[in-house]
Amino acid sequence: MEERFARHYVLKEIGEEGQKKLLSSKVLLVGAGGLGSAAALYLAAAGVGTLGIADPDEVELANLQRQIIHDTERLGKNKALSAKESILKLNPEIHVNAYPFRLTTENISKMIEEYDFILDCVDSFGSKFLINDACVLARKPFCHAGVVRFSGQVMTYAPGRGPCLRCMLGNVPQKGEYPLCKTAGVLGAAVGVIGCLQAAEAIKYLVGAGELLTGRVFRIDLLSMRSSTASFEKADPDCPVCGKEGFSLKEHREEYGE
Amino acid sequence: MVKINGELLPLEGKKLTDYLKEHHFSVSLIAVEVNGSILPKSSYDDFRFSEGDVVEIVSFVGGG
Repeated sequence: MEERFARHYVLKEIGEEGQKKLLSSKVLLVGAGGLGSAAALYLAAAGVGTLGIADPDEVELANLQRQIIHDTERLGKNKALSAKESILKLNPEIHVNAYPFRLTTENISKMIEEYDFILDCVDSFGSKFLINDACVLARKPFCHAGVVRFSGQVMTYAPGRGPCLRCMLGNVPQKGEYPLCKTAGVLGAAVGVIGCLQAAEAIKYLVGAGELLTGRVFRIDLLSMRSSTASFEKADPDCPVCGKEGFSLKEHREEYGE
Repeated sequence: MVKINGELLPLEGKKLTDYLKEHHFSVSLIAVEVNGSILPKSSYDDFRFSEGDVVEIVSFVGGG
């Protein structure tokens, strides 16, 4: 055990104490695509004790340019199950819950309940808002990310520590209003960078190290190699999810694309 | 002067929506913060920059 995490032990921000926290922590990844591939592998390697991974889709050939948790032999296999296999190869000492189905307004609240931190690794804004709204209602911290072409953004939400995604964007951007990886393309390494940042946010939260991207949006463009961090310190007091009472997931089904 | 994403610009009196159009921002994919508070989307149309405003604009992408 000590040997596997030796490089964590020498980090004063993690150390033996932090490693113990990681081993007893539970992180849920929603989506085992490009972001989820990178994030899940690094969280598994870091010794996060329980990883949940949810994805209803099957591995396709066009996924393998960036979704490095899967491989050619897994074509046609459910992504959550494929991810579980890879995770356990990397670190057989952790526990993995594979959820080979879609998270919806019906099941998401129950699913996130047992986890300490959630990662938004999904591709549509509908699903991103479902994760946001469910996590805000359950007072669960999560890390949002999006990536297309060569650039993406990362933002972390924790209760009482800054705005949620709905504060920031208001309504859910609809399909057709934003470019998709499928039609606009995406660099595999760009998704990897962003997914790794999500893993780092989760680890920092779990061990209580450093500064999270709460109240801040980090953006990076790999084509120009420019990055920026925009501060949005205060939540919107009129936000229907984090600012007011009585928000119902089920009433927003259509927005989530259900 | 108005500070947008750290850059000082002579935009006082100008409309936010004109600035967004000129810079090809898609309203549904951005968040705007003015002097430390998020500007609700419903206020975009009427908003004009004032001298000394500190503005942050960030755009989001989907995909994962």
